[in-house]
Amino acid sequence: MKIGVVVSEGPYTHQAADSAYHFVKAALAAGHEVPRVFFYHDGVNVSTRLSVPPQDERNIQVNWSALAAEHGTDLVVCIAAAQRRGLLDENEAKRQGKDSDNIAEGFRISGLGQLIEMGIQTDRLVTFGD
Amino acid sequence: MSTLHTVNKSPFSTQSLQSCLGHARDGDAVLMIEDGVYGAMTGSQMADAVAARGNAVSLYVLGPDLTARGLDAGRLIEGVTGVDYAGFVDLVASHDRTQAWL
Amino acid sequence: MSEEIKKFLYVNRKAPYGTIYALESLEVVLIGAAFDQDVSLAFLDDGVFQLTKGQDTGAIGVKNFSPTFRALGDYEVTKLYVEAESLAERGLSADDLQDITYEDEDDDWAEKPSIRIVNRAEMADIMADQDVVLSF
Repeated sequence: MKIGVVVSEGPYTHQAADSAYHFVKAALAAGHEVPRVFFYHDGVNVSTRLSVPPQDERNIQVNWSALAAEHGTDLVVCIAAAQRRGLLDENEAKRQGKDSDNIAEGFRISGLGQLIEMGIQTDRLVTFGD
Repeated sequence: MSTLHTVNKSPFSTQSLQSCLGHARDGDAVLMIEDGVYGAMTGSQMADAVAARGNAVSLYVLGPDLTARGLDAGRLIEGVTGVDYAGFVDLVASHDRTQAWL
Repeated sequence: MSEEIKKFLYVNRKAPYGTIYALESLEVVLIGAAFDQDVSLAFLDDGVFQLTKGQDTGAIGVKNFSPTFRALGDYEVTKLYVEAESLAERGLSADDLQDITYEDEDDDWAEKPSIRIVNRAEMADIMADQDVVLSF
């Protein structure tokens, strides 16, 4: 089956990003396809390159980036939600005249259409939020 | 055609479990995850309502979230089945759609 | 853009302004309209508060997005299901809600209400009829 996943809360404050990660790993292990994970609302904050959690805690961003690298999962960060919350890739930073960008490896900023497309192209859609 | 409903909040903090149970149809499944697992405990004020709906709706709880919170299977409402993440995936696949009650 | 048309349901259960879910849910609906799917919106629990008339956000300094609901008809989003029990629990009636209409091209462009008040059982049936359920 093709399963689409939405993460709609930020890392650490809510368990959503962790639950989604474990779910996606289990889905892939079971032989399902997870072509895309869409990050919306505060979920866009999962994509920051700049988080430095304590050494003895899991690193949520690194977990997701590694998952994308290993399985080719398309981690999409909603541009509108990202702009509101200050998550910018290099192009966006230049476009908006900001002095820095902060998106981590494996994540890409794109439009809400990617969420709808995911709903159309997958067999199941699971949301992790609050 | 059936729906897997997920509930991630404690029924003592939000209305989500109650609303979910009120909209789930006979033959659907409800999976309690994260803080939602507290809705599966016996002896609570929600227990009777949950158990009653459990006659026609399959009730599940995510084991890892139970264990994390120090709850063991012995404290679950009768009829609630524990599943792991692999079981969660199976539930998603075997029902026609998944609906999150956030 | 796609071979089949899927039924998309946007579930709204939260009040406006205290959190961003109502606004950002609506933003998905507007973008999603371009994909020509069979779209419905569900308003239940505190979500019914999103549709009240007379919202005036000047003093809290945030944008009043409630007029956007009235534009949904132009995007061919014409099914806004509002749960009767949720209204009653909150002391609201249909009169408290905005007038949201669409023009029915199959009926000589007659203006019709987009808000359909349904009871809990009907709402459950609507939910069970969907292909994709998005919750905010």
